[in-house]
Amino acid sequence: MTRPQHQPFRAQPASSAAARAEAQPPAGPPPLAPDAKVDLQAARAESGVEKVLTELDTDLVGMVPVKARIAEIAALLLVDGQRARFGLSGSTPGLHMSFTGSPGTGKTTVALRMAEMLHRLGYSRRGHLVSVTRDDLVGQYVGHTAPKTKDALKRAMGGVLFIDEAYYLFRAENERDYGQEAIEILLQVMEEHRDDLVVIFAGYADRMDQFFAANPGLSSRVAHHIDFPDYSIDELMAIGQLMVAREGYRFAESTLPVLREYLSRRSRQPRFANARSVRNALERARLRHANRLLESGLPVSRDDLMELRPEDFLSSRVFTDPVDGTPAGPATG
Amino acid sequence: MRLTQGAFSFLPDLTDEEITAQVQYALDKGWAVSVEYTDDPHPRNNYWEMWGLPLFDLADAAGIVAEVVACRRAHPEHYVRLNAFDSTLGRQTTALSFLVGRPTVEPGFRLERQETTDRCIRYTLHSYATDRPAGSRYAAP
Ligand SMILES: Nc1ncnc2c1ncn2[C@@H]1O[C@H](COP(=O)(O)OP(=O)(O)OP(=O)(O)O)[C@@H](O)[C@H]1O
Ligand SMILES: [Mg+2]
Repeated sequence: MTRPQHQPFRAQPASSAAARAEAQPPAGPPPLAPDAKVDLQAARAESGVEKVLTELDTDLVGMVPVKARIAEIAALLLVDGQRARFGLSGSTPGLHMSFTGSPGTGKTTVALRMAEMLHRLGYSRRGHLVSVTRDDLVGQYVGHTAPKTKDALKRAMGGVLFIDEAYYLFRAENERDYGQEAIEILLQVMEEHRDDLVVIFAGYADRMDQFFAANPGLSSRVAHHIDFPDYSIDELMAIGQLMVAREGYRFAESTLPVLREYLSRRSRQPRFANARSVRNALERARLRHANRLLESGLPVSRDDLMELRPEDFLSSRVFTDPVDGTPAGPATG
Repeated sequence: MRLTQGAFSFLPDLTDEEITAQVQYALDKGWAVSVEYTDDPHPRNNYWEMWGLPLFDLADAAGIVAEVVACRRAHPEHYVRLNAFDSTLGRQTTALSFLVGRPTVEPGFRLERQETTDRCIRYTLHSYATDRPAGSRYAAP
């Protein structure tokens, strides 16, 4: 009896993207003829990315530059997929990103959508998001950091690693800080495993700029720097409408000017957090709404249960605290 | 003598793509995968060295295959295997185990006979490789 030819386990020099690209020629159907034509619109429909982009558009108010950039990335990946069908294999585009913007401008929300979109376009294999902060990456003592960082990276493979408040990784004032070690491992994996995971850094714009300035190696590996603008009052109003509708409430007609005044005052007070402040305002309005209904002692209708009235906002401290100036006590949300 | 231990060992050695597919199967089943290596492949040696801790909570096989590659590089001329542990109640056992690395030359085992009382014979296996000290057992040819 003859045994099938024994091929030894392939010893690979290094798992760099380039080495792997050489090692395995693209499998699957043979390349299309040079004069063939492909239907981009059909490919787009087939990928289901349309649905993600439409959802992004309807679920999230404003953020026009962000949506535009995401649509561009989608187009790039789509065209890349078609190029591959002709055997035009360029290198996999690096898609590491940085999201900068004030608190509550939707960075975390968009990162989640991004993971799903990259999955639909076939760029990432699983489409999950692993969200970490400094504590998940940096250890407490010598030898603790590398395993922690590598563990987070391995969990994110096939999807997206989202590093919130990334600048805490780097402490300029302490050169023996273990954060530097985490950054070095990140650098290496971002390069070697470019087709295994996408890293998204997020944080406030000014501090992220300092962070990237201090770590030029990181900055140059991040292909897309996306800035999340603050919302205008109109956008905040629209976000409020969206949120109440989702929770099965609505604003009384007379509430709208009050809410507008509330948001306009709140946005000039300390610790304003854009959409998150809207969410918090609504949470507290629900509280007052429930109290008002109970204390009135009257029977309530379905409408009463749904409607948020001006008095639910007017008793907020936002209307008594000063704006634009010195904070009078901690403003909440 | 080509060592046959674990699943797939009568097949030609798996390629890294085939290993990736097997690991993904294990992950999709919710099993925790670990990497081990040894230069003492006696069939009754249960205690291979651990290459790091078992890898929990992974979604994708790439992280594990990267560890296999790193282990082969750090311990060339060793046996390397993957174990997938199923922790569900009632099973709690290794669900899949297979070799992912082996030395270039495998001298194999000899059968030893030990005579005892009443002309009884005890049989045992002796791995030629273990005649040499650990770490230098499978020198490359
Ligand atoms: N454009 C938007 N339309 C609707 N809801 C939004 C929008 N932007 C943000 N939100 C909502 O605001 C809340 C806060 O958003 P998110 O957590 O994404 O902000 P962030 O930028 O990550 O904030 P931080 O920097 O403080 O972590 C979420 O509940 C989100 O659903
Ligand atoms: Mg956030």
